[in-house]
Amino acid sequence: MSQIVVESLEKRFQVAERSPGFVGALSGVFRRRYRTVDALAGVDFRIDAGELVGYIGPNGAGKSTTIKILSGILTPSAGRCEIEGLVPWQDRKAHVRNIGVVFGQRTQLWWDLPVIESFELLRDIYRIPPSQYRTSSRELIDIMDLAPLLDTPVRQLSLGQRMRCDLVASLLHQPSILFLDEPTIGLDAISKLAVREFVKTLNRERRVTVILTTHDMDDIEALCDRIVVIGGGRILSDGTLASLRAKLRSERRIKLELLEPVAFDSPDVRVISAEGATLHLAFDPSVITTASLIKNIAESWPVKDIFIENPPIEELIAQLYAANRVNA
Amino acid sequence: MNAVGAYVAIVSARYRTLLQYRAAAFAGFMTQVFWGAIKIMVFFAFYAVSREAQPMSLAQVVSYVWLGQALLGMLPWNMDKEIEQLIREGAVSYELVRPLDLYAFWFARTIALRTATTTLRSIPMVLLAGVVLPLAGQAQWALLPPESLTAFCVFLVSLFWALMLACAFTMLMHVFLVWTISGEGLNRVMPSFTIVFSGMIVPLPLFPDWLQPFLNLQPFRGLVDVPFRIYTGSIPVADAWPDIVHQVIWTVIFVAYGRWLLQRSLTRLVVQGG
Amino acid sequence: MRGHGLGLYWRLILASMTSQMQYKASFILSSLGQFAATAVEIAGVWALFSRFGNLEHWNIAEVCMFYGLVNVSFAISDAIGTGFDQFGALYVKTGHFDRLLLRPRSIFLQLIGHEFALRRVGRFSQGLAVLAWSIVTLEIDFTAYQVFMMLVTIVTSVCFFLGLFILQATLSFWSVETLEIMNTLTYGGVECAQYPMAIYEGWFRRIFTFVIPLACISYFPVIAVLGIDDPLGSSRLFQTLVPLSGPLFLGISIVLFQRVGVRHYTSTGS
Repeated sequence: MSQIVVESLEKRFQVAERSPGFVGALSGVFRRRYRTVDALAGVDFRIDAGELVGYIGPNGAGKSTTIKILSGILTPSAGRCEIEGLVPWQDRKAHVRNIGVVFGQRTQLWWDLPVIESFELLRDIYRIPPSQYRTSSRELIDIMDLAPLLDTPVRQLSLGQRMRCDLVASLLHQPSILFLDEPTIGLDAISKLAVREFVKTLNRERRVTVILTTHDMDDIEALCDRIVVIGGGRILSDGTLASLRAKLRSERRIKLELLEPVAFDSPDVRVISAEGATLHLAFDPSVITTASLIKNIAESWPVKDIFIENPPIEELIAQLYAANRVNA
Repeated sequence: MNAVGAYVAIVSARYRTLLQYRAAAFAGFMTQVFWGAIKIMVFFAFYAVSREAQPMSLAQVVSYVWLGQALLGMLPWNMDKEIEQLIREGAVSYELVRPLDLYAFWFARTIALRTATTTLRSIPMVLLAGVVLPLAGQAQWALLPPESLTAFCVFLVSLFWALMLACAFTMLMHVFLVWTISGEGLNRVMPSFTIVFSGMIVPLPLFPDWLQPFLNLQPFRGLVDVPFRIYTGSIPVADAWPDIVHQVIWTVIFVAYGRWLLQRSLTRLVVQGG
Repeated sequence: MRGHGLGLYWRLILASMTSQMQYKASFILSSLGQFAATAVEIAGVWALFSRFGNLEHWNIAEVCMFYGLVNVSFAISDAIGTGFDQFGALYVKTGHFDRLLLRPRSIFLQLIGHEFALRRVGRFSQGLAVLAWSIVTLEIDFTAYQVFMMLVTIVTSVCFFLGLFILQATLSFWSVETLEIMNTLTYGGVECAQYPMAIYEGWFRRIFTFVIPLACISYFPVIAVLGIDDPLGSSRLFQTLVPLSGPLFLGISIVLFQRVGVRHYTSTGS
């Protein structure tokens, strides 16, 4: 049985509408309008232990609503959800022991206390046995290289340092599932790499299931075996990155570097952009195979180098939304 | 932006906020009513057993309490958030670049702070205490009309100077902030004394007789006690002029001191290159 | 399990004190400010007594017993109840409440452990001084029962005010706009319990006895502390038992908070 089972999950909200401006404020004195928003309109998926899943979609797509339901913060309007045999919103205390949650925007550490004291408070909150705490904290602190930061008050940490501490904090109780909500938002390049490396290690070596929401497509490419795309409260796509690519666009990309700038023209190929001797080309592999296209080009033009490229993931997703008429 | 422009902008912004959070405004109003009711009941109890003539009649005290509840926001108990921030962050010296009289500009902002919500909140309070309660047959609880039309006019003059005095003192609080810690300490403790010595807690004539000479000299009586007693007739119109002069003198002193202090602290900031 | 909860409470409180001690200047100024702000009240009481002599049956030392006990109690509840008092601003607006739901402990324990607000020492010391002056001036030979009733008053008042903070927190799941109305019950409650309830009008007294049990947690037990006859005619037994309404009130507000407030939050997420 899957570790996480989600079946026809629905969530509706009532939103009060407030008219802007002075007149609006006055008219609001007399009546208030509500409208219903379908944040989730029937979401299904299953996740097995040890998977690393990217959960992506634009703001308002239902991403954080799903995460909130899975972590037991929100009760759905309809549908089923079981995680390790528990219903998150019914067995809150038992369920949250199994999960770790990191919000990229908000820290769970005590702002004015040294990092190590936050860790020790979490030990007491989660009732982690001392021996387990000693080994797991030492190990996590080593991997994330936090030893030099432990005595610094959290408010003095940089964003990257704080995120590393937050990751460790969410893992002290050794959860089997980790939810990461925008873990790399606002981080510098080096911290981003460190966070990714850490998440990868955790997933590979400790078999922790990771569910990651992000706007950073590099995170997805670097980490996720599986991508679930949500839009308008529905799952638009669920599968590997490769299958997402295959499903969406048959077009492939080639980056061509020529020895000198020339007026390039070739049948079966569309020129996307040309800058001096560097060209970006697109072609349809069902019309011509990659191999024969490369052969043709190499025979007809002064080629310095050829790169086969995949379309950037942002473009794939934009396409997916367009196909499903979802406003990004 | 000139001082008048600043005033208009702030007042309209505050009214908008107040209307947007109308439930909050209503809750605030109810809180003031409740407070007024408790105070009045305490005075009922004290007056009930009192055999001797008191310096103010119970009816006068009740009116005094309601006026206080209506005009609470006029007292100098808080500061303008933007000015406060400007000073805390040491960004005051940039203000000097602007070709305007900084004191006058801030004074306009301060008038806005002291009047914007007060005007809107005082109207329902006066309606409730002055119209609804007498109509409901609760005359002993009511805010009575002023002694005479003349008394009302003199009251308005005195109220205007109470506002000026309040703003001049609020300006002093702003300028004190330049001294960081000690200024802040002063600003945390001062409002409490201001409130007692204004008469807001207990009308000043009800304090012990031996304190009266001091109470009559100190500036804060001009905030509450003078205008309210003129309204209720506890100070007769004919005797009111010295008290209004008292208000004007203290306002002038506070303004002069505030101007001087602001000038001095700005010069110091410039010398320090802050 | 219970003991463990108390252990965690202690840990959280220690952490909050460590945090507060990093802002010593701010702590000292807030305490001073609060001391001054609450001391002006006693100045008012003093002024009125020096003008009028007595307040119906009550002399100033007796009134100071009411005044001191309610201020000491309110300062304690204010110090331990910050997590509930500031709940709307600290947890609901910021979305920080989510984090509490993500931890395997009771929400109540986490919120009561939010902070022990040391700056409330301003009101506390002021109330304590007035209480001490009252005890000295009244020259009562306290019996064990009277001392016991003094403790009862403090405990039941703390429960009551804490219950008010929790009700206020419950309301802030819906709106933080109307919270100022709760001040009539908290600060207004303190204001009116500073004087013996007997001086107020009948309708007012009945509301604050039967609807909101303010008189039950301050007026009646303090009568027993003073060892005098109640001008309202209540018996000693009544005065001894009625403070139970404080813990009862607290219990009801906790249940409302968990069953109604938290449930509303988890179904709307806002």
